[in-house]
Amino acid sequence: MPPETKEPKRTSIGLKIENFTKSYDSVEVLRNVSLDVQPGEIFVIMGPSGSGKSVLLKHVAGLEIPTNGRIMIDGKDIAHPKTRSQLHMALVFQAGALFNSMSVFDNLALFPREHRLYDKKVLNEKVMTALQTLSLEDAAGKFPSQLSGGMRKRVAIARALVMEPEWILYDEPTSELDPTMGATITEIIADLREEFGVTSLVVSHDRDLALTIADRVAILMHGDLLELDTPENIKKSENPKVKDFLNPVIDIKNPRFKRKD
Amino acid sequence: MKQINKLLEHFGSAVILCLRSFAYLPSLPLQWRRLIEQCYLIGYTTFPIVAILSFFIGSVLALQAGYSLAPVAAQDFIGSLVGLSLARELAPVMTAILVAGRVGSAIAAELATMKVYQEVDALVTMNIPPERILVMPRLVAILIMMPVLTVVANLIGWIGGAIVAQNVDFIQLDTRIYFQGIQNFVKFRDILDGLIKAEIFGFVTILVACNVGLRTTGGPREIGGSVTRAVVISLILILVLDYFVTSALMNI
Repeated sequence: MPPETKEPKRTSIGLKIENFTKSYDSVEVLRNVSLDVQPGEIFVIMGPSGSGKSVLLKHVAGLEIPTNGRIMIDGKDIAHPKTRSQLHMALVFQAGALFNSMSVFDNLALFPREHRLYDKKVLNEKVMTALQTLSLEDAAGKFPSQLSGGMRKRVAIARALVMEPEWILYDEPTSELDPTMGATITEIIADLREEFGVTSLVVSHDRDLALTIADRVAILMHGDLLELDTPENIKKSENPKVKDFLNPVIDIKNPRFKRKD
Repeated sequence: MKQINKLLEHFGSAVILCLRSFAYLPSLPLQWRRLIEQCYLIGYTTFPIVAILSFFIGSVLALQAGYSLAPVAAQDFIGSLVGLSLARELAPVMTAILVAGRVGSAIAAELATMKVYQEVDALVTMNIPPERILVMPRLVAILIMMPVLTVVANLIGWIGGAIVAQNVDFIQLDTRIYFQGIQNFVKFRDILDGLIKAEIFGFVTILVACNVGLRTTGGPREIGGSVTRAVVISLILILVLDYFVTSALMNI
């Protein structure tokens, strides 16, 4: 699915997470999580900080090995190097993880250059198309340190796009952004699915993002999968923990801290 | 016990990193720009200090030798003493120590920063092995540059010794006799042994720097810790290996 074709092209492979457990030094951060992501879907994993969402995403990206359970893609174990090498999957990191010593152009060009995918002319076209898709054409010569937070996120998404992935994993794509930029990034995620058929697995605690663009939402809390359903059904959930998470009550009449006179 | 485990863990990961990196050796022709960049960085950053220090080490060696030999009118041996000391021992060890301090620390800092800020993870998700583009070119670059730097250290050190031997009042050794001494006593094998030692020390230094950098976990504060660790481990290894390598070379 080359960026310039604009032809919706759904991925044909699904992701299945089975009885996934992760422990660090005998502390279980995720317990028996099972879920599946359908091709072409926008699947959002929500949960408060420390619930294990980013840990799960790192495993899907192949950066860590599960303590127990399996992550299967197209019926193959994702941890296997051969499966990984055949996988067209890109990860958009929370802080961008851009290469600070390279310009924006070189950040985008690194993947196709290293894999010798195109000649110089085609590579330039691909990179510039990805930058244009994210309205970043003026930033090609800049370095990551010269970019705002929102631009860094967009560059990270553009870098993922150059990889022509079937899957894009997003780690907190709207964190640390103002509401307008957060909305822009949310729209971009939805557009990428519509335009290129990219399957998106998004980890976020952004309620607006999840309930606006997700096909399905999973709620993780303290390492357990509490709920997995469509955004409409999640909104109607009777689970008190889910209700509290989605509709936090701000009580300013009963302050937690009182000055002692 | 915990310390021993940690030490073995470091050793094991360094060996694995080395093997993995050299498995990507066939990709070197495709990475020649990166290799030249690393050679340039190693040479450019280390050459001035190697030149200055070797000059003064050669000078002080000649001064000390003159102080001991002049009273017994044996100044003629200063050239051979300075020449052999530099070629067999001081030039490779000093160059390796400077590489550890100047290049090893910079590499550890760069890779630790990349690790902490998830740039290394980004490479992994792109199916670009960090060993291929971050480690292997550096290891090859040090193997190319260490002999060059060591030969430079030898030559400048010998010149430093010659200047002191000729100009210090209580020595006053003719430069021709000084270099004749080097020519008579310093054999090709001595220089070769020095270069072999330099290769081993330089390689170990860069491998340690890469390994420590890539094993960095935690936040930005850990970057400084990794740099210190890389330099300290390298210095200890250089001096420990110096004994064993010298001993092994003497037996060959």
